[in-house]
Formats: sequence, C-alpha cells, structure tokens
Amino acid sequence: MSIEQAEIEKLAELARIRIAPEELAAVTSGIASILGMVDQMQSLATSDVEPMANPLDASQRLREDVVTEVDQREAFQAQAPATQDGLYLVPKVID
Amino acid sequence: MQWETVIGLEIHVQLATQSKIFSGAATRFGAAPNSQACAIDLAMPGMLPVLNTEAVRCAVLFGLGIDAEIAKRSVFDRKNYFYPDLPKGYQISQLDFPIVGRGSVQVQLPDGSEKEIGVTRAHLEEDAGKSLHEDYHGMSGIDLNRAGTPLLEIVSEPDIRNAEEAVAYLRTIHSIITYLGVSDGNMAEGSMRCDVNISLRPRGEEKLGTRTEIKNVNSFRFVEKAIAVEVARQMDILEDGGSIVQETRLYDAERNETRSMRSKEVANDYRYFPEPDLLPIEIDDAYIDALREKLPELPRQKRERFCSQYQLSAYDASVLSDSRTIADYFEAVCDACNDPKLAANWVQGELLAQLNRTESDIADSPVPASELGVLITRIADNTISGKIAKQVFESMWNGEGGVDQIIEAQGLKQVSDSGELEAMVDTVISASPDQVQQYLAADEGKRKKLLGYFVGQIMKASKGQANPKMVNELLHSKLV
Repeated sequence: MSIEQAEIEKLAELARIRIAPEELAAVTSGIASILGMVDQMQSLATSDVEPMANPLDASQRLREDVVTEVDQREAFQAQAPATQDGLYLVPKVID
Repeated sequence: MQWETVIGLEIHVQLATQSKIFSGAATRFGAAPNSQACAIDLAMPGMLPVLNTEAVRCAVLFGLGIDAEIAKRSVFDRKNYFYPDLPKGYQISQLDFPIVGRGSVQVQLPDGSEKEIGVTRAHLEEDAGKSLHEDYHGMSGIDLNRAGTPLLEIVSEPDIRNAEEAVAYLRTIHSIITYLGVSDGNMAEGSMRCDVNISLRPRGEEKLGTRTEIKNVNSFRFVEKAIAVEVARQMDILEDGGSIVQETRLYDAERNETRSMRSKEVANDYRYFPEPDLLPIEIDDAYIDALREKLPELPRQKRERFCSQYQLSAYDASVLSDSRTIADYFEAVCDACNDPKLAANWVQGELLAQLNRTESDIADSPVPASELGVLITRIADNTISGKIAKQVFESMWNGEGGVDQIIEAQGLKQVSDSGELEAMVDTVISASPDQVQQYLAADEGKRKKLLGYFVGQIMKASKGQANPKMVNELLHSKLV
C-alpha cells in the first residue's frame, strides 16, 4: 500500500494540522513506511478472529441517570479567551 | 419519463434522560447558556466519558418496540470533524455495531391502508452544542448545554415512495417513542429531528439514483413540503437531461425551497475509529427479557383493540390511538359513559378542536374525562340535546363548573314536558297560517322540508331546549 503526497495533504487538512511544504515529502515517506508495516500485518490470516474494539477484556460499566454536576460556568468561562451573555465566542463560522 | 421517488429518513430522537449520555450534567431544555455544560461536555483535558444506563435502556426499549434485533454487544466509535460546537473534535457515535439492528414498523396511510417500512438500524450517539451566528462583534456564540445530550438515530430503509408515506412513518415513530416514554417527542424543542434522503429513478429501474440529503427538518409539515419541492427540483434537472449532485441541502421554510449548504471544501470524511475511552456495551438476555415484559401496548395494538372492543372505524381508532394520553383519556370517557361511539365523536370533535385552538395539551384539559363522560350520559338520557351539550362543554372549558352544575345554573334542561311543549307548538302553528296552508297542500316529499320550518321556530322559542323527538311527534299529530 502506498500513499500519495496529495492524500497526506488532504488528511492534514481534515486533521487541521499544518505541514510545511518542505516537510511534506519527509512526512509522506515516513507514513508510507508505517503503511508498509501494516501491509505486512495484513498478510496474516485473521478471517476467524473477531475484530477487537478494546484491548481490555471487560465490558462497559454504566452510571445511574442522576445529575451530579453543578453549574460551574463562571469557572470555565474564566479560562475562555472571549465570552458574552454566557456564550463562548469563537471566530465566526457559517456553514 | 415516469419517475419513481425513493426516500429514506434518519430520525434523531432525544432520549428522555435526566443527565447526559456520558456525563452527570443536566439535560433540561431552556436553561441559561452553558449552565449545563460540565468539564466532560467541554472536553477538558483528562475527562473520560461514562455511559448513562438510562440511555441504553431507552435504546433497547425502542428496539423491542419495532421488533428489531438487539445487539448483545455494541461498540462506540469516534466520528471526527471540526466544528466549534463539538469541543472534542469528534462525536461519539456507533458505526459498525449499533445497539439496535434491523426492525420494521407498520404505518397507516391516509387512505386507511398499511405499509411496512423497514428500519435499518438505530444507534446511540451524543448531540452537539448550538452555534449562534447573530452578531457577537463579528464572532459566533457557542452554547454547549445540548452537547452530550443522548440521541438515538433511527435510520430507515429506502422504502418510502412519497411525502405522504414519509409523514406517516415519522408520525408512527413519534407515537412509538412517546408511548414508550423514551422521548418527549417535542419537535418544537428539537427532541425529534429528521434528515431526509431523496433520489429519483426511472420507474421500473432497480438501481437507485443519486441522492441529496435535506438536513434537520423539524416538523411534520416541513417534511412534507421539503420533499415536494426537492422532488420537483430533481425532476426538473433530470427531465432536462442533467444530473443530480450528491450533496447536503437545507430546507428554507420561508421561501419553500431547498438550497445547497455551501459544501465543505473536503466532502464528509469522518475517519471513524473505535472509541478507545469506552468499552463495548454488553447486554444479556435477562436484561432484554425484563424490558420486553414491561413493554406497554403500542399504538398499532391499541388501534386494533379500539376497532374490535369499541367497534370504532379504522380512522377513529387511528386518531384516538395516535397519542397515549389521548387514548387513555378516550378510554376514561368510555368507562364513564358506556357509549364508545359518542365518546369517540366528542373526544375527536369538541375536545381536540379546543386543544388545537388553545394550543394546549390534553393533560391540561380543563374538562376531565369523567365530566365529559357525564355530559355524554346527559345526552343519552335526554336531559339535554347534543346542541346544548356543546354549550355545556364550552362552559366547562371556561371553568364554570361540572356538567350537572352548569345545566342547573343555566337552566339548560331539555323541555320534555308534553303540556309545555304542546303550548309552544300551538303558539307557533297559530302564528304561521301561511306555512300551515303550504304544508297541508304539499305532498309527502315536500312536507318533510316544510316541517323543518316549524321545528326551527319551536327550537328558537325554547332556546334549543325542546326535546326534538317530542316536537316532531306533536307537529305530526297537529298538522292534519
């Protein structure tokens, strides 16, 4: 399995990671070599192995449906760069 | 060319829990912004989700309600995308192993026929927060109270062929979730939202056409209208030989059109992977059986019972079983008056009309079921006429007291005293010599119509309180 530079650029954009143009080739070849290892693993016979969702051999513990959190808005908003009327303010986003 | 419309719905239902799906913050609607957003909801570093048992129970209960397979083991995944109302940068959802598998519902169409609509799956996930784009000094405001609210996403098979079926399916899901109590189903508050997938294909063609998805349609009426305009739009393009772009669209109710949501530069690519912070949910048969045992009578079963037990028409039974509270009210009225047909008419007529007019809920009806039962009994035992009963109902609605109290206080008792009625009939006959002449000269067919004049006069004189049956008899015996 190989990977193109264009795919790395797309993934970087999806992950909001900035990769400088001069780094792109190195990152691409680095990831390509990891994928080479994945290729090697793919060759193992796994058809009768159940996919693993979690390495721990346990199932999810559940909590009771009870409100345990109190309003700590002031404490949280003290750390935010900008707030108004109880809202967190962020650079304008319109879809 | 003849086109066939293919529709599938994704319905997001907010589950009726006290706390969020992965945190102990409250889910109350309408709270002050960010007052119900705790460290987990805000994605503070080091926070870990802990699953709410009630969300699991609601999901399984819904699955049982639509005869679906319940997964003994289901897995949470991360759906990755960046948006400010999603602080973690991913939504916890379920991709490959949803908690509810394949099921189906029977929906009733307006013509009375039934259709089965398949449900592909239903999975648990968390809601995002809300972005407010009004001007905050050129910035957007973020309220994270809704972030982490438990949702059940119910995905239908592309079994729906038109807007009517889509609305019928949506109503069916709505009544199932409210019957089960897994959601309050309040669409105005966003407790039930719907994404509509629409495509067209030449009639007879197997292969599905390219679809568009209309996001977040939040009322039955808008679903109907959005489908109508989107189908028309796609048909225009296809008829002109064009092709449909697969995209997400928005329904604008004000302009009654759908329009493309400015497509993100990179098409949806959520890079799902198993959520490492949560273990798989494991459920055993004992848990499922215990819930199955507590399953209440569902809308369709109730509808069928109303038909057989009370001899209601399919239409009446369907209106009265649409909501559990209305069904319970109707049955209480029946118990009080023993006249299912009249009870059905009054609940669907006066009561629902008043509830609609005042935009109130049946739970807050000023007329309790027991009193409506008494009112119907008073019609049946000839104390009052059906017409006067409407007046009594109105007075009860306005809080003027109980049925008997109002009949007494307003002097509404039907006049069934033959002497009193006879006097009234005599007065009217002697005051209308011309009409009497006409009546006597007319043939049997016309007499019926002419008799209405006298009945009307007597009703007017008695303020509607004369016993109509006795008036008719008296007129017949005197007009000879």
